[in-house]
Amino acid sequence: MKLAISISGKTLDSPFDTRFGRASSFCIVDTESGEWQAFDNPAISASGGAGVQASQFVASQGAQAVVSGAFGPNAYDTLAAADIKMYIAPGDPAHSATEILEMFKAEKLTQIEAATHKGYHGENH
Amino acid sequence: MRIVVASGKGGTGKTTVATSLALIASERESVRLMDCDVEAPNARLFLNPSFDSHKEVGILIPQVDENLCNFCGKCAQICQFHAIAVIGKKILIFPELCHGCGSCTLVCPERAISERLEVMGVLSGGPAVHDIDFAQGMMKIGEPMAVPIIRELKKWAPVNQPTVEIRDAPPGASCPVVETMRGADFALLVTEPTPFGLHDLKQVVAIARQLGIPAGVVINRDGIGDDAVEMYCNENNLPILLRIPMERRIAEAIASGKLLVDAAPEYHSAFQNMFESITTEVYI
Repeated sequence: MKLAISISGKTLDSPFDTRFGRASSFCIVDTESGEWQAFDNPAISASGGAGVQASQFVASQGAQAVVSGAFGPNAYDTLAAADIKMYIAPGDPAHSATEILEMFKAEKLTQIEAATHKGYHGENH
Repeated sequence: MRIVVASGKGGTGKTTVATSLALIASERESVRLMDCDVEAPNARLFLNPSFDSHKEVGILIPQVDENLCNFCGKCAQICQFHAIAVIGKKILIFPELCHGCGSCTLVCPERAISERLEVMGVLSGGPAVHDIDFAQGMMKIGEPMAVPIIRELKKWAPVNQPTVEIRDAPPGASCPVVETMRGADFALLVTEPTPFGLHDLKQVVAIARQLGIPAGVVINRDGIGDDAVEMYCNENNLPILLRIPMERRIAEAIASGKLLVDAAPEYHSAFQNMFESITTEVYI
């Protein structure tokens, strides 16, 4: 399956980025073949709705699951609409994208069924 | 003539000045006072309006007819606020991200988008003391955006067109303040002689200059702090139109809901002179 991991950098050695909407990049990796590609997060400088935009981006890349440190309500709703599974991993201690991938394969990550925190706008605040 | 009372820093005395100015102006003009601090309107506490009209306001947000939609995603692409997302055959709308610009409706090739009013606040209006025509906006709790409410308040036509409109601005120097100041003929900037007062005064002066609005300054709590505000005003050709010294009796009167010019009648002529100066500046 295609897994998206939020990272800061452009390689599999890059550190895991616990932010989703404002992650600096996303690494999209095929969990069977190990093939991967890193992309700039187009939502990093969004004035608002970064979670929605980042979700649409990982969906457009064909990701079926995504690992980050947290998912807000708008990101959660958008990813859920795209049937993308969400997993959270701790940011402390620091991990590389490769280590996150190994943890995912070893089923050590927690899948979430609701947003991890409230939104930054409006009624969800 | 439209006078906006702004400050940058909160708690400098915008409402104290705006309400007394309204009272003095009403002695010879028809006055409308608009409380544009829609997050915490409080001018009504001083002018005691009896509200006889109300209007719900907000922005127009999209709703999609999924029978007409072909899921092309053009609405999501055009939306710079990411308030609408198209995922496969699903459409998600995030009302709290929407700014009501209408781009999605315009760009939809299938005309599948219609718009509905998302209520963000309520306007209230009615007569206050001295026949002042009073109006205020009140934002709904939890709403993130004040600007649409202020915009509607400014557009809300009074029964009789006043000769003088006084806008009590929100604190700060961000979008709600810019929207309140936009279209005004004069900016009356209330500050206090402290580093914080000066810092924020500079910000609202910059907004006034950008909008091309002539400005004058009121120094409230005069006598505290330092003389940096005065020096700044002199260097930047900002007339100091009024000084209100720090006095406990004034603070007590304001705290009990009295107008400054009622509690301290010696300010009556000072406010008249200030109103005269503003009128001269605007019409000459």
